[in-house]
This record gives sequence, structure tokens and C-alpha cells, in this order.
Amino acid sequence: MSHRWIALPRPGWRWLPVWRRNFLVWRKLAIPSILGNLADPLIYMLGLGYGLGRLLPAVQGVDYVRFLAAGTIVASTMNSATFEALYSAFSRMHVQKTWDAILNTPLSLDHVLTGELVWAASKSLLAGVAILLVVGALGLAAAPLALWIVPVIFLTGLAFAALGLIVCALAPSYDFFMYYFTLFITPMLLISGVFFPTDQLPGVVQTIAAWLPLAHAVQLARPLLLGQVPENIAGHLAVLLLVAGVGFCFASGLTRRRLLK
Amino acid sequence: MASLNAAAADTATFGGAALQVSGLRKSYTGQTVVDGVDFTVPAATCFGLLGPNGAGKTTTLRCCLGLTPADAGTIRLAGHVLPEQAEVARTRVGVVPQLDNLDPDFSSRENLLVYGRYFGISDAVLRARIPDLLDFAGLSGKEGANIQSLSGGMKRRLTLARALINDPDIVFLDEPTTGLDPQARHLIWDRLKRLIAHGKTLILTTHFMDEAERLCDRLAILDHGRLIAEGAPRELIARHIEPQVVEIFGDAATTWARRRQGLGERLETAGDTAFFYCRDAAPLLGALAGTLTLRYVHRAASLEDVFLKLTGRDLRD
Repeated sequence: MSHRWIALPRPGWRWLPVWRRNFLVWRKLAIPSILGNLADPLIYMLGLGYGLGRLLPAVQGVDYVRFLAAGTIVASTMNSATFEALYSAFSRMHVQKTWDAILNTPLSLDHVLTGELVWAASKSLLAGVAILLVVGALGLAAAPLALWIVPVIFLTGLAFAALGLIVCALAPSYDFFMYYFTLFITPMLLISGVFFPTDQLPGVVQTIAAWLPLAHAVQLARPLLLGQVPENIAGHLAVLLLVAGVGFCFASGLTRRRLLK
Repeated sequence: MASLNAAAADTATFGGAALQVSGLRKSYTGQTVVDGVDFTVPAATCFGLLGPNGAGKTTTLRCCLGLTPADAGTIRLAGHVLPEQAEVARTRVGVVPQLDNLDPDFSSRENLLVYGRYFGISDAVLRARIPDLLDFAGLSGKEGANIQSLSGGMKRRLTLARALINDPDIVFLDEPTTGLDPQARHLIWDRLKRLIAHGKTLILTTHFMDEAERLCDRLAILDHGRLIAEGAPRELIARHIEPQVVEIFGDAATTWARRRQGLGERLETAGDTAFFYCRDAAPLLGALAGTLTLRYVHRAASLEDVFLKLTGRDLRD
């Protein structure tokens, strides 16, 4: 029997009970979870934005805190989706064997993974929107265009959830995730234009950054937050969609190899 | 592998068998784990799959649930061809896994509710079913209990209740009483007997021969990936082993026994115990009556004797 490596998720809503399972667990711990998602990025944004911002002239024509706000929203989205798809999904797959239990029902592995993907993106949507609301309350967002950030946040969440699920499928233990953070997430955070414009970087690094999903999320979110229509919308969306789609297919193939051998 | 059309035709004539396995083979990186296994489980019977560790039981079960693709062979579960129709087949199946994988974040009730949703059953139907299932599992009053607060036996019973949430025709149980105390084991056995009485098909693996003898209508013994014996428990005992066993213990037991090998059909030793397998134990018992130092037990042959004869006394870990 051939081993299916690439399998596109089948259409339908059968993955929804997997999403609902995670939602039910989250609901029990909603308040601390939301506070946890908000506190850390806001402290950084306000601390750096107002503290460091006072030392800086306008960055790309705006106050530094306004510049940083968009970066903070997408970076928090990325972090939230990544943590969920690494640590939480790994717990359910490897430690609690929740996925094994689900696989004994009529649901397939792709249903489980789709549920996990959409769940991680949903959780990151909440994290991103929570910061967007605070940013709006501080008068740092230009409505109504800034509301278009909401779908950008969700798509960013899908892309990083898919990448996270690949790492989850490969991980022998929790320690493995450190490599992903140190070698991928943290460097990407620094060169994607979250904290400073990418034109500050050497040419080679800029070329690399042009391929990173976070950079594309930033380039969509920042103009929107400032009330401008982003350039090359289709290109940025295509990259994020491609990362989400191709990432999910790899995650599916790798997880199948791990669990259904 | 049979075509989908053949499978559809088979569903219509399915009637008798809950599970049919033929020519099942599976190997991992060159190592053969299941080596041509055939068996059939008629509906509304209890079938036991026995075998030492590493015999291929778990791989066989995984193939039978469509979770592991077989290298060769055909499997029909509830009339559906696996693995192509595994998802449909699993709507009619419940599974009690070897390791408890209840959701630690949920109460007993929530565990059943969330699990039932995976089958696409509506919340209203599930809410109506859950009290009966908890009652069946002897967990009434534990609806809201945290999973961590339940004892091992309670968790096992909740896992059994969870496996019944879709009112399955076939229930797979992988070592259902391993790690439980005698009281908890007896309670599980009682519930399993009730399921059999209600016409469910049970397919279980176990290391406890008394469990297999008590529950199973038919048994298969698996070793090194092959079925080495199959039949009803009594039938296997009658076919493979002498009816009477005399176990002799003590320092000098094995030496004493070897000198009197002719008193039984067969003699086996393990440590300082000698096992005589006899058709007629009277001469041996007579000889033992003359000794004052040897302790002994005279009993009827059991399934465990068959198992040890067929799979040997060597450790398999």
C-alpha cells in the first residue's frame, strides 16, 4: 500500500469537533490566557515605543510607537500561533495522546490537523485582536482601514500554525522547540521589520527577509494601521497563503509518518 | 486488495462476521511483525488475541482499525474494506486503548460529550446518553469529577463508557484490565459480559489467561507474527495439553522430578518448580505421598499451560 506523502485536506467541517475540544479547554482558562497574551507584548510595545521612541526622530514618517504597534500585533500573532502549534499540540499528540484517542473515531489525521491548525490560528487571532484593541484605545490606529488587519492576523496565524505543526511532527521532545525559536523565529523577528525598517539591513539580509512570512504580514499590517492601503496586497497574501498551504501539507505528511506507520 | 464494488456487495451480505482478516502482513524496516495472519470474528461473540510481548498483537489491532496500512492482506471490519473505508467502519466501532488517554482537562461528563462529537453525534443525543453510560460504568455521581481525581479502575471504566458513546457494534479492548486491582478487574469483567449479552462483538487482547478463559468464545494465540493456535478456550486446552497438571515446588523438586519423568506424559521445569503434565496423575500423586519434603499442587490444565507450551517459557521483553 502506497504511503501518501502529500494529502490535501478534504473539504468539510468534520474537523470542527477538534477545534471545539480545544476551545472548551481554553474557555476554562480564558482570563489568564488573554492577560498572558496581552501583557508581555504591550509592555514591550509601550516601553520601547515611548521610552526608546523619545530618543528617535520619526521612523518612516511616524512616531516610533505607531511604527512599532503594527509590528507588535503581527509578532504576537506569530508567537501565539507558534506556541499553540508547538507546545500545546505536542502535549496533545505526544504526552496526553489526545490525537490517538481521536484517531479511534471516524475522524482522520487530517481532520485532527485541520482542527489544530484552525484552532492555533483562532487563538492567535484573539491575541492579535486584543492588542489591536489596546492600540486603538491608545489612539494609535486609523479606523476604519485598520480593521482590515483582522483577516491579516488570521492568515498570519494560519501560516505560523502550519509551520509550527511541521516542527511538532518532527519533535522528539519539548527541548527540540528551542532550535526552532533560536534558529528561525527570533532571527525572523529581528529582520522582518517588526522593530525597525528593513532598509537598515545589509542587502543579503534584506533578500532573505523578503522570503519570510512575518515580513509580508508586517508589510500588510503597518500601512493598514496607519490608514493607508498597502502596496502589492496580492503578493503578500499569496506568500502567507502559500506558507499556510504548503506548510500544512508537509505537516500532514510528517505527522502521518510519525503516527500512522 | 478488493475493489470498492466488491466491498459494497460484501456490506450487503455481511451478516455473520464482525471482522475478517486474511493474509495480513506488516513489516517495519525489514523486520516482519505480522506474518500472514487470518482470523474471523463472528458478530456478537467475544474474541481474544493472546500472545507474548512483541508478538504482533498491537500492530494487528492497529491494522484492523485502519490506523496502520498493511503490506498485504485484506481486512473487513463491520462489512467495510480497510483501510479505504476505515472512517465509515469506525462509526460502528468503540476502542478501549491500552493506555488511558482520557482528556485530563475535562470532567467525566465532558470527556464523553467531547468524544461523542468526534462521531458527529448531536449534543442533545449525547446529553441523553451520558447518564446511562456513566451509570453503566459505575460512575454515577462522578459526572463533574476531574479525571485526575479518579482511581485507575474508574478511569478504565470511564474509557469503556467513552468507547460506547456511539453505541458501537464492535468494541476493541487492548489489555482492558492491565494494572487494575482484583476488585476493579471483576467489575470490568462483569460489564464486558453484559456487553456480550447485549449482542456486542468484543475483540480483546490480554496477558491474563483467566480473563481470556472467562470472557472469550474464541481465542487466537499469536507468536512471532503468526497465529499458532485458534479455538474455544476449552477446545485449545483439550487439543494442546494433557488434562492434569502437578506442580512440585522446593529445593529438590526438579531433581526428584527428573528421576521420575515417566510418571507423567511431559515434564517441564522452571526455576525450582517442576510441572508434570499427565493424562492420569494417580501414579505421580502416589509417589509424592511418599515424600515429606516436597510441596505440590494438583490441578486441571489451564489456558496458561497451553500458552506456555506453545510460546515457551523464555522472557520476551
